[in-house]
This record gives sequence, structure tokens and C-alpha cells, in this order.
Amino acid sequence: MRGIAKEYFGNRVLKGVNLRVGPGEILSIVGENGAGKSTLMNILFGMPVIHNTGGFEGEILFDGAPISIRSPQQAVELGIGMVHQEFMLLPGFSITENIKLNRELTRPNLLSRLCGPKLEHLDMPAMRSDSRASLDRMGMSIDEMLPVAGLPVGHMQFVEIARELDKKKTRLLVLDEPTAVLTESEAQVLLNAMRSLAAQGISLIFITHRLDEVVQVSDGITVLRDGEQVADLSPRETSVGHLAELMVGRKLEAVGCDGCAPSPRTDQVLLRLEHLEVDMPGEMVKDLSLEVFQGEILGLGGLAGHGKVGVANGVMGMYPARGIMAIEGTPLPLGHTLEALRSGLAFVSEDRRGVGLLLEESIEMNVAAPAMQSQEKFLRKVGPRGFQFSIMDRRAMRRHAERFIEELDIRCTGPEQIVRRLSGGNQQKVCIAKALTLEPRILFVSEPTRGIDVGAKKIVLDLLVRLNREHGVTVVVTSSELAELRSICDRIAIVCEGRLEGILPPDASDRDFGLLMAGEKSHRGRDAEGPSHLSGSCGQGSGQGSKEESPCS
Amino acid sequence: MLLNALPSPEGGESFGDRLGAAVRDFGIPRIIILGFLGVLLATAVSLRLPMGQLFGNILTRFGMNGILVLAMIPSIQSGTGPNFALPLGVTCGIVASTLSIELDLRGFTAFFFAVGVAIPLGAISGYLYGVFQNKVKGQELTVGTYFGFSVVSLMCIFWTVVPYKSPEMIWPYGGSGLRVTITLTNRFAQVLDGFMSFKIGTMTVPTGLLLFFGMFCALLALFLRSKTGVAMMMVGSNPRYAESAGLNVDKYRIIGSVVSQALGAVGIIVYAQSFGFIQLYLAPLFMAFFAVASVLIGGASLRRATVWHVLIGTFLFQAILVVSMPVANKVVADNLAEVIRIIVSNGIILYALTRKEAGVDVR
Repeated sequence: MRGIAKEYFGNRVLKGVNLRVGPGEILSIVGENGAGKSTLMNILFGMPVIHNTGGFEGEILFDGAPISIRSPQQAVELGIGMVHQEFMLLPGFSITENIKLNRELTRPNLLSRLCGPKLEHLDMPAMRSDSRASLDRMGMSIDEMLPVAGLPVGHMQFVEIARELDKKKTRLLVLDEPTAVLTESEAQVLLNAMRSLAAQGISLIFITHRLDEVVQVSDGITVLRDGEQVADLSPRETSVGHLAELMVGRKLEAVGCDGCAPSPRTDQVLLRLEHLEVDMPGEMVKDLSLEVFQGEILGLGGLAGHGKVGVANGVMGMYPARGIMAIEGTPLPLGHTLEALRSGLAFVSEDRRGVGLLLEESIEMNVAAPAMQSQEKFLRKVGPRGFQFSIMDRRAMRRHAERFIEELDIRCTGPEQIVRRLSGGNQQKVCIAKALTLEPRILFVSEPTRGIDVGAKKIVLDLLVRLNREHGVTVVVTSSELAELRSICDRIAIVCEGRLEGILPPDASDRDFGLLMAGEKSHRGRDAEGPSHLSGSCGQGSGQGSKEESPCS
Repeated sequence: MLLNALPSPEGGESFGDRLGAAVRDFGIPRIIILGFLGVLLATAVSLRLPMGQLFGNILTRFGMNGILVLAMIPSIQSGTGPNFALPLGVTCGIVASTLSIELDLRGFTAFFFAVGVAIPLGAISGYLYGVFQNKVKGQELTVGTYFGFSVVSLMCIFWTVVPYKSPEMIWPYGGSGLRVTITLTNRFAQVLDGFMSFKIGTMTVPTGLLLFFGMFCALLALFLRSKTGVAMMMVGSNPRYAESAGLNVDKYRIIGSVVSQALGAVGIIVYAQSFGFIQLYLAPLFMAFFAVASVLIGGASLRRATVWHVLIGTFLFQAILVVSMPVANKVVADNLAEVIRIIVSNGIILYALTRKEAGVDVR
């Protein structure tokens, strides 16, 4: 692939990337979420989403000849196979049936002679032997007739790959984070299988976040960052640390307030979480212990799907959670939203439109409703004496909303405007106003800048800093954008595979952040001699979560 | 136009845009219905039908159906969609009315006794139905429709075995079981309609009926503004938002069902006193459909309904019904009015169901 560039609606996500894979080579592509890895692979695989959004620039050469891949079918014809991150298997079918899905071998029978080939019998013995051969190529010994349901995830991954291998033409195989769901030992088997495949002359493109695997298995490594090709390396000339540094990079913009007063942070523990487990689909928290200090801005970072978003959701009772939570030493039940709200916690959800807002209601209603329900605000008594009951106080709601509209600079036609008609940034401000109406002691903010434009981003981040500085609110920000966290936080906790990987000061090196995000520390089980400043500004207890835990346990 | 065309920083809208927006806000179906009503009225005038009497009828039917339509608000607001299981509440109201006859009550006593019994009965059945409804989230509309049908069928057995003795209700030739239609003439027929009623020309204004309906509108409007009412609205418009505000979603859905069925129970008594008869057996079967159609004509969506929607919708729906009947009889043939009414009401329901917000909370 040469000079590949792609724009989505004016947003350049790939800026001239070159890739070269020789026969029997393993090329690894590493990068943060949103670095452009998936887009690149979608281009290679001819996914419709690419062509529907205006195609791409650059050219693809296969066997030295320029080709244009217009559809996934065409990619398959050419011999490009792709193993997706999510399994595409039918659980009730056997391994063989899954491998041969939609490419079944058939034999004619009476009906099919009459009514056409759609009614031919399956040729099970032939399918079995083909599947067996594909499984054997990876050194898999499981019975090819077992149903897929109930197989360990590692085996499912092998079935996926076997399906691609079974397509006889497959010469280039793209593996999109194949090891993300595997335990370490399973991953090791997979890596061995990859090597043996490469030895058989199949080229592989390997996408992963686990840097040690990259160094271990690749013939070449490409690092992407913000759609740019940062480096092309061979595994001999690099190390995990070097890769981590390249992957994260410095992309700090001037956000937050660099010059203003330091945060009113104290050494008093305001919120303590111990062994938190949150059952949030896609963002599981497995065993996380964390302390939040009074008056600080704490960042929660990490890669998507590793559980950082689950923390706030679990604390607020939005998803089932287990563990111990205490505010200023007083234990608080988990999974009880009302209790959490009344104890001075508030939450700005990452799912703004799904959870954060009543889209069909006015700004004033959105801002006031939670406080009305949990704190009896905005209510007034009506009715004759003895028969009094409270109804909502529209005037107070209006005044309150007007104050926030001015204070947070919400661009709208007035407090009665329906929030669906606001822009993303202004909707986000409404969410924050809603949380502030609860007058929280701790404000959880998840992905505050997702889906809003650059200008609004800065305003939202500034707002969080101002809240902290002027009102002394302790803020816990969860964000996928590390640069953002580094610009406003006092400490940044990195969550990896549902556990606390470590806590860093915002000015720690890219290399350290990259290492923590890729989970290198717990992978290597070398928590004892981690980078010396790991616990630099975070005091005691920060590293607890990651001790003696490796993902394969 | 020129002035409006100037770009303003907040996104300037031309007059045309604003007109379009106003039309959209009012709702195209409502405009069509309004146009249809206009045509009907014009025809009625040209046919020299007794307009005073017609308007009097509209007012009466508006008042007598109003509370049944009000019953749609709590269920829509709490996110379970229009209450297709309304026959449940209606049945409770009928049970209460027959009880008042069995106890040989008359006049206002009979009426208020029936209302007094109907409300708790409706509330209890609403609670049970609410619990049931929480187990079929996302399919409330279909399940509710068939639940209503089932209740009506079940009550058919009840009416045949209930041990009432009042000669006004049991079959005149003896045996057990109640008649299909029970006359209320000596009981509480028109007690509200006749209360403080007066005439303007040939038009009779059923003051008591309208006052009673108005009182329920006011009470419901107050309830919707109470803390519980707001919580119900939150649950209905975004259950995840309600959860994040610490609300128990299932609880407020049950409250919505309770209020809705209790209103349905009262509504049928008001309806019966105006109508002059209680109809048993299969009569409540399609009660829900007219109520649903009315509130939707009024501009309610499947997730949002206000008292105004009920007032506008009930008026439009009943007005069409009242005016179309004599017009159709004169112009085309007998009984066409009924056909038109069914087309209009089911057409409106269909239109509302095909709109996007039909997808109620299916998580």
C-alpha cells in the first residue's frame, strides 16, 4: 500500500501511509485507539464504508500490480483474509460447519437435480477433512465436530483463523487484535501458530496493543499515530519501551489552564475503592483499587475496552458492581444510584444522548430533574392547608437554567429549548450543568469531549478546571484522549484489562504512559522495579491494583 | 422576507422555514383532520342540519369520553405507550356501577358511590397489570391489546355467574347472569349532564359533565407537575437517564399503570351516565382504540402526551363523529359514519405506530 490517505467528512484520519508486506512476513501495526489502524485495514479489505464516504487516495499493489479493491468479496478473491476482533461464529454449529460456512462442499442428490444446486447435500466427510487440515496447519488438535458454543475463547479465535486458511487462495491474512481476548498462554499458542503460518508462505498483518507480542513475532513494525506513519522499524532495532513512546507521542495542545492556581488538592482520601468489579459489557472492571484525594483532578486513562469507563458507571450504580466503596471512610453501598447521589457524587455519562439527556425535553427540565428527584429541589407547596402537596417550581427551574446558560455559555434560544436541537458541545454543557445542580463533592465525568468540536473541547475542559479551582469540587475525568488528561489532571490512573495498571503524574514520559496502557508492567510481572517515579506524586497505594496480577490467571 | 433573510449568528430562519416548522409542530395529521372537520361542518350547514343540536352533542360527547382519553396520559408519560389494556380499567368501572345498582342507590349517591369503588378497584388492577407489564418491556402495545381482549372475555364469564339480585340487571325471564345492556334511567343517567345545564339557542351545555371532566384534567395536570409526575416523565422519555438520577424505573411504570387504569374506571362511569346505559360483555372490547386514537389526533406521540393533547384530540375526534353521522346519512347512505370513524381512528393509530419513537425501551 502506497501513500494511503483518507478523509472522513473533512477529517483526515490517514495521512499518507505506506505498508509493505513480503511473502511469509509478519508485519505488525501498532497505535492508540483512533490512530487509523482500522481505517487502513478497511481500505485494504474494500469495506463499503470507505467507498460510501468518498474513497481514498493512494494505491494498493498486490504481487507488484496495482489493484483496486471495491468490495470485501473482491478482497477474498485476491486472497486477502481478515480475522475480525469480534467473533463471527454461529454458536450452535460445529467447528467444521463454521469453518465451511457459506462455502460448504456439496454433492448432488435427486432433489437438487430437479430443483437446482441450492438443495444439494452437504458433503460432511470432505468438509471434515478440509477443516482438519486447516486446524492442523496451526497445530490445533481439537475435534473438528465439536460445537462452537462452549469452546474457550482462544479456540474460537483459532476457528476464525482456520476459516480464513481454509479459503485456499488466502495469501495475506489480517489479524485485528487477535490476542485481545486471549489469556497469555493462549496468546503464546496463537503467536506460534502465526509463525508457522508465515513459514508456510502466508503473509500476515498483525494489529495489536500488546507490544511484547509485537517485538516477539514481527518481521516489521509500523507505528501509526493520528493517521501518520511515525516509524517503520524492525524488531531488532527497537524495544517495548521505544514502541510505547512512539505510540503515545507528544500531542499536547494548550488546554486547561497552565498558568492558573494549582488545584486545592489535599492528602485526605475522599473516595476509596477496593477490589471494584463492574459488570459493564465491553468495559469490564475486574479488580480495581483506587483512592481519590480531596480537591484533586484525577484522570482515568487507558485503551478502549479495558474498563476505564466502567469505573464511574459502577460507582454510580449504572451497572452491577461489587467491591468496597467508602467516602471519607464511611462505607457506601455499590449499585445504589440514589444513595450515591445523596452522598455527593455526580456523574456525567459518556453516553450523552443515551443516558445523559432527556432529548425531547427542555434545557431547564434536563438540568433540574435529577436534583428534584434526589434532593427535593425545585419544588413548591400548593393547595389548602392540610392538603398540601408539592409540584415543580417552574420559575425556580427557569432562573436556575438561565444562570447556567450564562455561566457555561450554552448556545441556545432559551431555557425552554429542546436539547435534541443543541449541538454536541452544548449538550455536553447541559449534562455538566445537570451534574453541578446536584452540588456534588465528587464529579465523575466520562469522555467529556467525545464527539464535540475542538473549540467546545477547550471550553469543557476549562470548565472542569474552573470547577475544581473555584468551587473545590473533586473531579474524576475518564477519557480516551491521554493528551487531554495530561493537560488538566493532577494524577492519571491508567486502567488496563480491568485493573489499575499504575498512576502517573501528567508530566511523566510518553514511554511510561505507553507502557502502562499496553499493560506491559503486569504482563511482565515486574511491578517491584517499575519505573522509579511511578508512584511519584500519587503517594502510597497507587500500585496495589496491579500487583501480582497477570491476565492469564 | 428580506429582513428575515439576513443571516443571524444563531442560525437565521426565513419566514418559510418558520411556517414549515409551525406546520410540523402542529402536525400534518391534525391539519388533515381539522380540514376534514371543516368540510363536514360546511356540508352540515349547507344541508341545513340543526347546528345547535349538533354542537350540543359535540360538547356532551367531548365530556363523556374525555376521562377515558385522559387515562392515556399516565401510561404514555411513564413510557409504556398508549394504554391498550384500558378495558381492564373499564371493566372495574362497570363492576362498580353495577354494584351501586345492586345496592339500590340512586342519583348522585349512586354515581359517587360507583366512582368511589371504581378508583380503588382500577388502582389495584392497574398495579397488577403494571407488575405484569414490567415483564414484557418493549412489547407493551401488543401485549396490552391482547390483555384487554382477554380481560373482556374473562369478564363475560363473570357477568353470567355474578350473584346479583336486582331485577333491573338480571334477565327478565329469570335464570342467572346479567343483561347485555342495563338501563340507568332511574339510577344515575345524566346526573352530571343535567347538573346546572343551560341552553344557548338550541344548544344544550352539559355544565356538570364539563366541570367534572375539567376537574379531572386539572388534577391530572397537577399530578404531572408533582415530583412523582416528573419522575414518571423521566422514566418514560429516557429510562437510562431516570436510572442515573436514582429512580426506580419499574416503580414509576407501575404508578403510571395504576393512575391510568383508575382513570379508565372513572371514565367509563362518566361515559355510562351520559349514555344512559351500561353495556356489558363485549362492549368494552374496543374502548381503548377510540381513546388511543383521540389522544394521538390531539398531537401526542407514543412517548409524550399532555392534557392539551387530550382536550384537542377528544374534541376533534368526537366532533368528526357527531357531525359526520347525519351528514353521511343524508349524503350517502346509512351507517357510513361508523365506517368513517373506524377508518379515521385506526388510521391515526397506524400512523402513530409507524413513527420512529414507536421503539419503546427495549434494552
